[in-house]
Amino acid sequence: MGIELRRVTKQLGSETHIYETNLVLESGEFNVLLGTTLSGKTTLMRLMAGLERPSSGEVWHNGENVTGLPVQKRNVAMVYQAFVNYPNFTVFDNIASPLRVARVQADEVRRRVEGIAELLKLTPILERLPNELSGGQQQRTALARALVKDAALVLLDEPLANLDYKLREELRDELPKLFQDTGATVVYATSEPLEALMLGGYTATLEQGRVVEYGPTVRLYRSPGSLASARVFSDPPINTAQVEKRGPIFFLTESVHWTAPAGFRDLADGHYTIGVRPHHLTIGGIDQGVVKVRARVLVAEISGSESIVHADVEGNLWVSESHGIHPFEVGDIAELFLHVGRCLYFDNDGSLIGHQADTASRDRPH
Amino acid sequence: MLKTANQKAWYFVVPVVVLVAFNALIPLMTVVNYSVQETFGDNVFFWEGVKWFEEVLNSDRFHDSFLRQLAFTGMILVIEVPLGIGVALSMPRKGPWVSVCLVLMALPLLIPWNVVGAMWNIFALPDIGLLGRSINALGIDYNFTQQPESAWMTTVLMDVWHWTSLVVLLAYAGLCSIPDAYYQAAKIDGASAWSVFWRIQLPKLKRVLTIAILLRFMDSFMIYTEPFVLTGGGPGNTTTFLSIDLVKIALGQFDLGPAAAMSLIYFLVVLLVCWVFYTLMMRHEGQ
Repeated sequence: MGIELRRVTKQLGSETHIYETNLVLESGEFNVLLGTTLSGKTTLMRLMAGLERPSSGEVWHNGENVTGLPVQKRNVAMVYQAFVNYPNFTVFDNIASPLRVARVQADEVRRRVEGIAELLKLTPILERLPNELSGGQQQRTALARALVKDAALVLLDEPLANLDYKLREELRDELPKLFQDTGATVVYATSEPLEALMLGGYTATLEQGRVVEYGPTVRLYRSPGSLASARVFSDPPINTAQVEKRGPIFFLTESVHWTAPAGFRDLADGHYTIGVRPHHLTIGGIDQGVVKVRARVLVAEISGSESIVHADVEGNLWVSESHGIHPFEVGDIAELFLHVGRCLYFDNDGSLIGHQADTASRDRPH
Repeated sequence: MLKTANQKAWYFVVPVVVLVAFNALIPLMTVVNYSVQETFGDNVFFWEGVKWFEEVLNSDRFHDSFLRQLAFTGMILVIEVPLGIGVALSMPRKGPWVSVCLVLMALPLLIPWNVVGAMWNIFALPDIGLLGRSINALGIDYNFTQQPESAWMTTVLMDVWHWTSLVVLLAYAGLCSIPDAYYQAAKIDGASAWSVFWRIQLPKLKRVLTIAILLRFMDSFMIYTEPFVLTGGGPGNTTTFLSIDLVKIALGQFDLGPAAAMSLIYFLVVLLVCWVFYTLMMRHEGQ
């Protein structure tokens, strides 16, 4: 049940927009498509909606092959980054429009529109026109149009990207709740890892037209199956470096090394890649399970109660993120704690070797 | 109140003031000067008050050319605006044909007005012109130098050929600025092409169409060169529009007083119509 892409590809001319993709999104779940611009989020959504036909492969919805079915025959709703409403319809008529196309009775339309308007706090502005509304109200109207249809598949394409910070926070909290009881498959595209974490549910990480990984959002963040997935799902970007294992010791350089954590001792000697999330490379903090590294500061920024330092660590350009205010000048030498026990270790094809179970519970997104 | 310490900024405005004075204010005041006085040459003027205005407003000749002008402008607006929107809707939105279409559309706009008049004059001649001969070959008696209906049809056709492109280009620009998401949303709603036009495209084109209609109104209301070259205002007075009439009075008969009064009335009518139209169109616009 839900929406299923079976060996779907999408090509336009000589360009491949989506490489062969298999993806099952369960109904009643909140699914996030996470990836940068041009990673294929929107194309994937258009394929799910039926706005585009896949070049090959099949799209299944609730156990039915809908590959060739035109979009108006499917029960889908979509909300965009731009605030899309009919410009010369009032808010009421805008919300009512999908029902009217479906020829629902007038009193039934009124009942449903008013119910949705109440839920989205649009009741006082039902008689206004879209260009008399704030951005937040316009997007609420667009969301109401999507909700009122009782669509089985709801596609939200970066719906909050054009809103200012406060409205974004507010709507982000409401969104999963709004769709919770509808039983609809909700797909939400975003380019912000933090947004994916806050929305919860399931996440698919996308990179250059490929779905890298799909799974429960928190699991995906804590132990991404591959380096590519970890790269997509990290903000600030994840730090990586080549390390060499010799016996029970990992060497970053000859002078920076640490004993392999439990579970990695039996690993064959050789080269590996470590992934260090910026908040696992800190100024001070706990000194258990850490290795101290010297870093030359390149850029130092303070965002509220966090200090973000871009630094040269043994020839690698790394980012460190720490609690508290730590002022640095460019060129300063800082001593950073590298939390080797919480690093992600990848083999040479970039797949995760394993993540320590005991640290997973303490490891939380900042 | 705060006193501005440095007043030098005013110097920057001087060039604009001088320019406006020379290209608008001084010519306009000359006309005002003529419109309220009588002159017999030698720079001797006699005060006449509003006599010329009364004369012009009460003359049948002015009424006739004013009605002719309204009929002409009305006709070309009714033809050019819907036609322009139609052509813009059928133009491709992407691909190599976009530039071809745009250049083809821009071509008539690049031709000087008197050339357009001369072209259509020859084109429509009943004995040697392609258009004139073809129409006559179909068995329709057509001669724009002798029949008022033929003269009107040719003048309107010429204006439609010359200026529909402007509406097309403006409407096309407006259509291109509608985000794709609107069309997708309409498709998901299951809206028909007809309702996409009425509910999305037309409302979104409102602003550019307001501009297009205003420009076409002003230009056609002041049209001179093309009908002057094509028909010279004839046959008889049947295509003598306001500008042609004005020139006849001012330079043909050298009645400077009535001509000046007519110019001012003409100017005020254009101004008034534009203002009323714009105010009405923009009344329901939000912010």
